[in-house]
Amino acid sequence: MTIVKTKYGRRSFIKTTVLAGGGMLLGFSWLAGCKPAGSRGEAALELPDEWFEINGFIKIGDNGVVTIMSPNPEIGQNVKTSMPMIVAEELDVDWARVVVEQAPLNTEIFTRQLAGGSQSIRQGWHSLRMAGATARHMLRQAAANAWGVPFDEVTTEMGLLKHEASGRTAHYGEFASAAARLPVPEEVQLKDPKEFRIIGTSRKNVDGQKIVTGQPLFGLDYRRDGMLIAMAVHAPAFGMKLKSVDDRAARSMPGIVDVFPIKTYADDYERQWCDTDAFNEKVVVVGRSTWEVMQARKALRIEWEPAAPLESTDGHRVAMDVLAARKARVVRRDGDPEAMFAKAARIIERTYTAPFLAHNTMEPMNFFAHVTDERAELVGPTQTPEFMEKSLAARLGLPLEKIDIQMTRQGGGFGRRLYGHFMVEAALISKQVGAPVKLIYTREDDMTFGNYRPAYRATYRAALDEAGNLLAFHVRAGGIPESPLFPDRFPAGAVDHYLAEVWSADSNISVGAWRAPRSNFIAGAEQAFLDELAEAMGKDPIDLRLELLARAAARPVGDHNDYDPERYAGVLKLVREKSGWGQPLPQGVGRGVAAYYCHNSYVAQVVDLRVEKGKPIIEKVCCAVDCGIVVNPDAAVNMVEGGTVDGIGHALYSELTFTNGAPDQTNFDRYRLIRHGEAPKAIEVHFVESDEHPTGLGEPPLPPVMGALANAIYRATGKRVYHQPFIKELRSQLPG
Amino acid sequence: MAVFTLNVNGKRYEVDVDPATPMLWVLRDHLNLVGTKYGCGIAQCGACTIHLDDVAVRSCMLPVSQVGNRRITTIEGLSANGDHPLQRAWLEHDVPQCGYCQAGQIMNAAALLKANPNPTDEEIEAAMHGNLCRCGTYTRIKAAIKSVVKG
Repeated sequence: MTIVKTKYGRRSFIKTTVLAGGGMLLGFSWLAGCKPAGSRGEAALELPDEWFEINGFIKIGDNGVVTIMSPNPEIGQNVKTSMPMIVAEELDVDWARVVVEQAPLNTEIFTRQLAGGSQSIRQGWHSLRMAGATARHMLRQAAANAWGVPFDEVTTEMGLLKHEASGRTAHYGEFASAAARLPVPEEVQLKDPKEFRIIGTSRKNVDGQKIVTGQPLFGLDYRRDGMLIAMAVHAPAFGMKLKSVDDRAARSMPGIVDVFPIKTYADDYERQWCDTDAFNEKVVVVGRSTWEVMQARKALRIEWEPAAPLESTDGHRVAMDVLAARKARVVRRDGDPEAMFAKAARIIERTYTAPFLAHNTMEPMNFFAHVTDERAELVGPTQTPEFMEKSLAARLGLPLEKIDIQMTRQGGGFGRRLYGHFMVEAALISKQVGAPVKLIYTREDDMTFGNYRPAYRATYRAALDEAGNLLAFHVRAGGIPESPLFPDRFPAGAVDHYLAEVWSADSNISVGAWRAPRSNFIAGAEQAFLDELAEAMGKDPIDLRLELLARAAARPVGDHNDYDPERYAGVLKLVREKSGWGQPLPQGVGRGVAAYYCHNSYVAQVVDLRVEKGKPIIEKVCCAVDCGIVVNPDAAVNMVEGGTVDGIGHALYSELTFTNGAPDQTNFDRYRLIRHGEAPKAIEVHFVESDEHPTGLGEPPLPPVMGALANAIYRATGKRVYHQPFIKELRSQLPG
Repeated sequence: MAVFTLNVNGKRYEVDVDPATPMLWVLRDHLNLVGTKYGCGIAQCGACTIHLDDVAVRSCMLPVSQVGNRRITTIEGLSANGDHPLQRAWLEHDVPQCGYCQAGQIMNAAALLKANPNPTDEEIEAAMHGNLCRCGTYTRIKAAIKSVVKG
């Protein structure tokens, strides 16, 4: 048991005003779930007559049913289940009697209501535990007061308060009203992780039943009486702007309410990082139904004109070739790498590239808004409600407290919903038409208006002496419009002579965070290069990495290395053991390994595959993961499986190319995503047993698998692949 | 505009819409059955899969005027109590991540099993090829389907 100071003041624990009858009745919002967590076949929980709000995270019903607010956006990373599990653990309740509700944006109660950087669990860990532990403390105090017994003698078990000496017991609901009136304790006891009975056990998705029965959950499902449907037409190419609109035909079409241009952000507004919007001027069509709006927008006659260069993928390639050949900006130098390369007996140099990628959340961008002169109400899928509240306040000229944001379940995020221009658009449209509005992006709107994963290129060089020892390591990496390099990550710190350089080329194509930003390319490139290096040095690929990591642990080069070499080695050793590394494989099967550290977690993967007629068949992926304490194991396995499939899919099949500023792929007919039969036949996931505080899982499984895939392709075919999407290189290697 | 009489999940509905309106939007906008999802609008992702009689179809490319008197089943009507063997298997395998594509996946798999109660792995893969999952839950989807295959 750990005693910790509560860091909450009144701000964090808005106490409900206690009514004469005792306690405050709180209604459920539209988003509320009324069934127990992960129910199937179980009877729905009987809801209480009254709810008592103990703190911003917890409401306890008079019958002992507990509502736990899940603070962060749920984009498929399972925080709506796993974050409340942490609260429930410290509250010490029966998970079967917990109702989870998505919290709205509330900066008075919650901190960091953001889905990004795989940080929800890591950064929420302490406050979630404290919320549960504080409420448990107050319930024990209320019972101690009522029973006239010392506080320390009141214990809890699964939602029950107990006093062993007198044999008294009560459920939490019996003391919820009294607990809600107590002062917030100055210090509370946290459980020893050995006492955990919810954390570390697999609990089903709290929205599972609703998902499989098609209940309204997502932003696109939201509706309100009198709600209109809106679509916003943006320029067909990056670099173009609006010249003129002839909307006469569109206006006269059935069901159409209004057509008008909007400017999402004001010209003099200083944009936040999440306000990326390459198409600030749009033409909006508002109508009574989605199909009618879709038809009317086809009747719009809009002239767009170039306002900036119209870029093409061919031009990008030329620009990258030129920049990559020049000396670039040095971001890390250890020892004297140039001297080592000058005296090397052998230099290995390889170049890797990857294209732009769209996020392609299955649920396209959308948002509901109802804006009046006094207030703005927004409901929908966003990863950054707190930031976007500021953007909305500035654009609408309303104070922050007049902006209400509720989050729906979100049909994927992957970083795209960090950038909330669509919320501002929805709000402006609602204000203009004076009605509640749901803004919907079509798939084409969504895919051609990305904040894309940038295009990247990296050249790795290694200097070897006559005996095949590694003398120096050099990476020069750049992209459009940013470099993917993390100069202080492995193998920095493990090599005496190390040089890292970055370059970039400007572009008017908008980019943004895409699942594991920068890592989603550089990990694969680096891990494929290490594979070639191991081969050149005559070493086993895992052995080489372990030797380098041992060096980094014993005598690190430099003092800013951004990884723990022992935990890094830990996942490699685990994957070596679990994958049967070194054992014979069936004819035609190649096996590749990779490991990477990002977002505070370590992942190693071994891929086994065959290539038949240029088509990879992934037999198996074995994953070893160190993310500290695993909160919800089966859901964590699911996340690792998904990241693995996602990484393999994008490295093999996906690319977004441009011609004269316009994306060449506008829908899933031309944009290739991995499909059922292309997914690995089997994925095994193993976690390092750990008492470390939990770290993220949404992103870390994706980057390394791209390298393991490339290495396995080499072992299966004898040919290295360097340029994503790999399927093109594989096909080009086919005879005839 | 024209009036169409539809049989959806065993209930009779009348809608007055443009005859070209895809069933997807009739379901979502006019009948308030939003379990059927919009994903691409060109029958490439499978999120909008419904049953026309017993056959899986992409409702985003099915004009309401072509439905006639065939039975439409959506995810809301797949089972009376949300307990179709596939729905149970989806929960048992805790398949969903974001969950958006899963109604389409289940509807597609349900039609497969109705036509072929004992599909091979290859038949499952072929039948599910048109249903995208951006979260990458394919291995779980396959495991869930296989768990209800009669062997």
